[in-house]
Amino acid sequence: MTTLIPAFDFHRVFIAPWTSDLSSHGWTVLMGFFVAAACGLVGNYLILRRMALVGDAISHSVLPGLVVAFLLARSRHAIVMFLGALVAGLLTTLLIEVIHKKSRVKQDAAIGITFSSLFAVGVILVSLFASQVDLDQECVLYGEIGYVSTDLPVSIAGVQIGPATVIRMGMVALITALLVILIYKELLVSSFDPALAFSLGINATVIHYGLMCWLSVVVVSSFESVGAVLVIAMLILPGATASLLAHRLPTVLLLSVLHAALCSVLGLHLGLWLDCTVAGAMVVMGGFLFGLAWVFSPSQGLLRRWLWMRQSPTGEGEGEAG
Amino acid sequence: MKGENSMSASQKPGLWTARSSRLTPHGFLLTLAALLLAVPASHAAKIGDLSETTLAVQALRFFTFQDPSVRYALAGSILLGISCGMLGSFIVVRKMALVGDALSHAVLPGVAVGFLWNMSKDPVAIFIGATIAGLLGTVVVRLIQQTTRLKEDTALGLVLATFFAAGICLLTMIQRLPTGNKSGIDKFLFGQAAAIGPGDVKLMAIVTLVAFAIILVFYKEFLVTSFDPAFARVAGIPAQVFHYVLMLLLAGAVVIALQAVGVVLVSAMLITPAASAYLLTDRLSRMVWLSAIFGLLAGALGSFLSFLGPNLPTGPFMVLGATAVFVLAFLFGPRHGIVIRGIRRRSRASRVQRENTLKSIYHVLEGRDFKGDGVSLRELAERRRETVEEAARQSRELRRHALATLHEEGNLIFLTPDGWQLACAIVRNHRLWELYLTNAAQIAADHVHEDAEKIEHVLGDEVVREIERRLANATRDPHGRPIPSLSDMQRGGATSERSPASVGYGKRT
Repeated sequence: MTTLIPAFDFHRVFIAPWTSDLSSHGWTVLMGFFVAAACGLVGNYLILRRMALVGDAISHSVLPGLVVAFLLARSRHAIVMFLGALVAGLLTTLLIEVIHKKSRVKQDAAIGITFSSLFAVGVILVSLFASQVDLDQECVLYGEIGYVSTDLPVSIAGVQIGPATVIRMGMVALITALLVILIYKELLVSSFDPALAFSLGINATVIHYGLMCWLSVVVVSSFESVGAVLVIAMLILPGATASLLAHRLPTVLLLSVLHAALCSVLGLHLGLWLDCTVAGAMVVMGGFLFGLAWVFSPSQGLLRRWLWMRQSPTGEGEGEAG
Repeated sequence: MKGENSMSASQKPGLWTARSSRLTPHGFLLTLAALLLAVPASHAAKIGDLSETTLAVQALRFFTFQDPSVRYALAGSILLGISCGMLGSFIVVRKMALVGDALSHAVLPGVAVGFLWNMSKDPVAIFIGATIAGLLGTVVVRLIQQTTRLKEDTALGLVLATFFAAGICLLTMIQRLPTGNKSGIDKFLFGQAAAIGPGDVKLMAIVTLVAFAIILVFYKEFLVTSFDPAFARVAGIPAQVFHYVLMLLLAGAVVIALQAVGVVLVSAMLITPAASAYLLTDRLSRMVWLSAIFGLLAGALGSFLSFLGPNLPTGPFMVLGATAVFVLAFLFGPRHGIVIRGIRRRSRASRVQRENTLKSIYHVLEGRDFKGDGVSLRELAERRRETVEEAARQSRELRRHALATLHEEGNLIFLTPDGWQLACAIVRNHRLWELYLTNAAQIAADHVHEDAEKIEHVLGDEVVREIERRLANATRDPHGRPIPSLSDMQRGGATSERSPASVGYGKRT
């Protein structure tokens, strides 16, 4: 039992990653931030549209898309992977719709059936072609964010910038941020008030499928570093935490990016201390931050509600519902 | 492999023929058998490094049950299929399918803690730890929903991923330990039925029996709280208590399934068999039975397929087995299946088409005061504002249903007595309904035609009699045309001996 939690070494956990080991851990933190920020921004809209579990579904079903794309094209080029993920993501959305619309099965069960079947196909393919796919079952589940710094570096005009995966994820995060700014109004209106969106001439179906496509792209580029299940945490945690702290969408979006930064830094330290998978530790820290927001949120935290209930003894709780 | 197919195929017929009286059983069974054959065949084709002989040898080893590990794996898979299927039906009808998903991910830290308890894969310690973690997960989901403005899906996803991450952290820490690396605890992620031991099977049997007994004793309470929570409250049934009892049972079922199916895919064993059963029946008791049987089949199939090759995970094969059952139910279900609904829709559309043709023939006859017997194709086509070819096609359709006979190379249509009767009935429905709408609902006479066009095809005998009674056996519709009476209908297609008092001589106004 004593070896389970290693002795706490302040220098190893807090100082070394920012000084002597910066070249490797720096990239890990940056990758974690890019993943959490890109996922968090998209995830905010999933939460608003009550589609958090569609995100869950897509993050699972991207796996067969990746494997099939790889087996067909025999290449690990980013474009091939994105295409595979796009097809898988759209297929998932379509299958859920078909099952839900054409039978009496409710949407939640349709989601569960779709993603588990597709994921099962993916896992079987991985285990049959393990030697060729260069993915193993564990990596599928929790990724290998700790190894991003060993990835092949990208160089532009002779200057080495950094590992290819990190640069690619950075681009995806940047494009996500740009998209959110550029079509801010369309996303906002179609998420909150589909009827108004329709009357303004915004095509809700296009927005819906566009969001799903972009979600697939974000998920697949995060996949290698955090795996299928932890992506869900990255999608939901930043947005959920931020929406406990603020009410206006721009503030919520900014807060979720802040949450992403915090959980990647804190997660690295936790992972180093406990010597466990860094991606998992990042999510645990994200969950911890959510817990803090849940208890201490100034407008709707548990503490606030408790104080409020004590001040008005007649209120019998539940009066504050927001 | 042959044995497996014949076994599954011989178990299915009883089940299906009992339920599908309207469906032709032969075609259905053929498809079923074909699909069951196709699953192992396509699988066998994929395994490049295994030759056919070793596959056959492995299959033989499986079916002779000489290996104790095969017996344990099969027994375990069957037990978990039954318990997951049984309990899954309750979460599917409660629209809580994804609670099962969250629950199954949330048990992972409990598995790790249970393992740490005495550093071994002690089934009881892991069972207790995992059940507690699963319950804690569902409690946190409820709390988040009750105390924040976050919606259920967000709360579920949040709990699922955070608990899972904590579990993954613990697992990687355990694997770092000198003893942890060969513990096989990583098999909990995707499942390996071969890892099931006698202790596990005993535990699985106990959990399944307990779940079965509790459902049997409190069936009524579960039924009521699932479908009508308000009524349950009035009846004094504590819905909260039964919610948590169900969660406890579910956590138990999930935990015993972990060993073979794995954390990630357990939810499918809860949802998919139950959803397939939901497509086939409307009664909860039957659904629970069907779902348990589907779970059993999926479990047995999965453990068999994963036994065929080295290092094949069991869970995904079980899930695909369950999905195959779901796809069959989705397509060929006798009541809600896509195929049967398509057939029903098409037959309804062609019936409406036939009835409209008959009505037009009646109108043509009526237009010339029922003089002369046959109606020519040209008359029919003009009446329906269609081409002659289209009218010819419809007349052949009538002949096929013995509603009309064709003469003079198909140019002249004579109604048979049946056809005449049906034509009268449709016109009669139409005109009665028009009259009813103008008289009883006070709708203007020029607005009632469209509505009557639709309803004439669906009015039953009883409704017609009731309308007739209310209209005091009226003889003319709001436009002044006579309503064919019962005696007109029974007279048959022959028009020569029509009496003046009856339908034929009413002039249009």
